[in-house]
Amino acid sequence: MGVSKVLTGNYAVANAVKLAKVQVVAAYPITPQTTIVEKIAQFVENGELNAKYIRVESEHSAMAACIGASATGARAFTATSSHGLMYMSEVVWWAGLGKFPMVMAVVTRALAPPWSIWSEHNDVLAHRDCGWIIFFAEDNQEVLDLTIQSFRISEDEKVLQPVMVTLDAFILSHTATPVSIPNQSDVDGYLPPPGSRRLPFILDPANPLTHGNLAYPRNFMEFRYEIERSMGNARRIIVEAGREYGKITGRYYDSLIEPYRCSDADAVLICMGSSAGDAKDAVDILRDEGYNIGAVKLRTIRPFPYEELRDICRNKRIIGVVDRDYSFGFGGIMHGEIKSALSDLHIPVQGFIAGLGGRDIRVEDFIQMGRKLYHIIESGVGEFPPIWINLRREVFR
Amino acid sequence: MSISIRDLPLEEYVLLGNAACPGCPASIGLRMLGKALEGKFILVVPACCTSIIQGPYPKSAIKVPVLNIAFAASAATASGIRAGFEALGKKDVQVVVWAGDGGTADIGIQALSGAAERNENIIYICYDNEAYMNTGIQRSSATPYGAWTTTTWRGKTEFKKNVPLIMAAHRVPYVATASIAYPLDFIAKVRKAAKINGFKYIHLHAPCPTGWRFPSDKTIEVGRLAVLTGMWVLYEIENGVFRLTGVSKSLLDKSKRKPIEDYLKLQGRFSKISDEQIDLLKRHVDELWMEYKHLMESG
Repeated sequence: MGVSKVLTGNYAVANAVKLAKVQVVAAYPITPQTTIVEKIAQFVENGELNAKYIRVESEHSAMAACIGASATGARAFTATSSHGLMYMSEVVWWAGLGKFPMVMAVVTRALAPPWSIWSEHNDVLAHRDCGWIIFFAEDNQEVLDLTIQSFRISEDEKVLQPVMVTLDAFILSHTATPVSIPNQSDVDGYLPPPGSRRLPFILDPANPLTHGNLAYPRNFMEFRYEIERSMGNARRIIVEAGREYGKITGRYYDSLIEPYRCSDADAVLICMGSSAGDAKDAVDILRDEGYNIGAVKLRTIRPFPYEELRDICRNKRIIGVVDRDYSFGFGGIMHGEIKSALSDLHIPVQGFIAGLGGRDIRVEDFIQMGRKLYHIIESGVGEFPPIWINLRREVFR
Repeated sequence: MSISIRDLPLEEYVLLGNAACPGCPASIGLRMLGKALEGKFILVVPACCTSIIQGPYPKSAIKVPVLNIAFAASAATASGIRAGFEALGKKDVQVVVWAGDGGTADIGIQALSGAAERNENIIYICYDNEAYMNTGIQRSSATPYGAWTTTTWRGKTEFKKNVPLIMAAHRVPYVATASIAYPLDFIAKVRKAAKINGFKYIHLHAPCPTGWRFPSDKTIEVGRLAVLTGMWVLYEIENGVFRLTGVSKSLLDKSKRKPIEDYLKLQGRFSKISDEQIDLLKRHVDELWMEYKHLMESG
C-alpha cells in the first residue's frame, strides 16, 4: 500500500507526477505554485524521474510546449496559478479545444489588482468553458490521488481531454500533512504505459495529418460536439478511475461529488476545495445543536455534477452555495450554476460569498451560514441576494 | 554546399489546389522546404498566411504532419514536440516552425527568444512578407521604411527590425537569411540546418504580390531585385562566423548593386515614397551593409 510521508500539497503534486512517469514537463515559476516545479526539477536532475524538463520563458510557452509534447503522444505536465493561468489562457483553450491529453496543477490564487498571493477560485473558473476536466481537491491526499487519476482519465480513449487538478493556495499548497503514497508498481499497473497513446492523433511523418486547419461552419460544430461527448463520457470514466484507484490504495472515489450527512438533511451547504473539511466540521456541530444539515463537496466542476447534485438536493428545503469567487454584476459563479441545475426543483438556493483573496473561511463562518439557511426557511421569504461573509462593511460607511 | 535542381525530389509536399493567392511567395518557399527535407519533418504553423494556404478541413494541401498553433506559441510548441519525440526515443524527426514576420518579429518573439536561448534542436523559418498579409496588409515591425500598409497610409515611419541579427545575438549555432527568389541558396541552408544540433534560424524574404502591390507574375523578379539592390542580403552565421552567400557575395562593393529605385518602382506600396524618404532608405541600407562588413571582418 505504499508509504506515508508528510507532504505539502505542492510536493504531493510533484510526487504524483513522478509516480505517473511524466515524460515532458514545461514550467514557469509563479507563487504559490513554484515549489511543484522546483521539486520536479530536482526529481529530474537526480534521476528519479526520466523526463524532458523545458524551462520556458512564460506560462503561454509552458502550455504551448505541453501541447507540442502531447501531440507526439508523450505524457505532459505543467503547473501554474492565477496570473500564470490567465497569461497562458489562449493556449489553455487550444489544449482543450484541440483535445490534447495532459495534466495541469493549478494552485488557486486571487487575481490582481490589488496584488494577492492567497486563494480564490476566479482564476480556475475563468476556464470553465474551454474543454478541460476540472477537479477541486480538499486535502493533500486528494491532491496526490487526483493527480495520478487525472493521467488515466485524460488519456482514456473515450475522453482524450486535458485535466486540471486545483488546490488552494497555502491552505493546501504550503501546508504539510501526512500523505499516503502508493507503490510505483501499483501506479504502473493503474496507468497506461507512458507514451503508449495513439489517439486522438499523433504527429508522425509516415502518416501526415493536419491538426487545427480552418473549419468552415458546416464542419465546425461537430468538433465542439465531440468535446461535449468526451465530457459526457468523462462522468463515467472519472468514477471508474476513482473506483479502480481504490483497489490499489484503499481510497475509493466514486462520485463527482462528496456528500456528507445529507441523506436526512433539510438543508445542504455546497462548497469546493480546501474549505470542505471546515464545512463538514460545521455540519457536525450544527447537528449537535439540532439542525438537520449536511454538506456537499464538488469534486469536479467540469464535467458539472448535474445528476449527482439533483439526486442529493431533490428533497431538501434549502440549499446554500459557498463561492470563493465572484462574477461582478451577477453573483457567485457556482451559485449561478447550481441554481440553474436545480431550477425545476423549486428549492431556494442561497448564495454566500466567502474567502476572497484568501480571507479565512472558518468553521464558525460555516455555522453562521448553516443557521442563516434555517432562518430563511423559517421566515419563508425565499432567498436573499448573495451574502458576503465577514465583509468589513464599516469600510463603506 | 552546391546543390543542383536535379538533386531535388520530384515529389511535391505542397499540393495543387491549395488556397494561396496567385504568385504567393509563402507557397513557393514551403514547396522548397518540403523538397529540401524530402518531406521528413513536422511543420508547426502559427496564425499566418499558411493557416489559409494549407486549405480547409477535412483536406490539407500539405503532405507532412502539420500542427497549427496560436499566434505567439510556435517556437514553444516546437520545443514541446522536440521534447516529446526525445522522450519517446524518436530522435531523428526534424521539427520545423514555419511562421510569418508578424508571428516572428512581433507577437512570437518572446517564445522565439526563449527557444533560441534554450538552444532547442529545431529549425525556425520566418517567411517574411513584411506585413500582416493574412489580416489585410497591416504594418509589422518587419515592414520596411516608407512602405504603405493599411495601418501606415502615408508610409511606415520606422525601419525594418533586423530579426536575424537579434537571433544571432542569442549565439545559436546557425542563423541564415534567404530569399524565395534564390531557391538553391535557401535549400542548401535548410539542409545545412538539418544537420546541425541546436537552434537554427532562417529568415526567408518573401515578396507578396497582394500586399506589396505588384503583378502576381513578378514575385521572383521582385525577390531578385531585393537582393540585387542590396535591400535584402543573403548570408549565414555559422557558429558565430558571418559569411555572405550566393549573389550577395559580390555586392559588398556598393557600385555593384542596382539602384534601390529599381526595386521600389515595381511595388505599389512605395508608389508615394518621396525622394527624401528614398535617400533615408538608401542611407539605412548602406549602414546595414557596413554592419555586415564589420561582422564579416570580425568573424
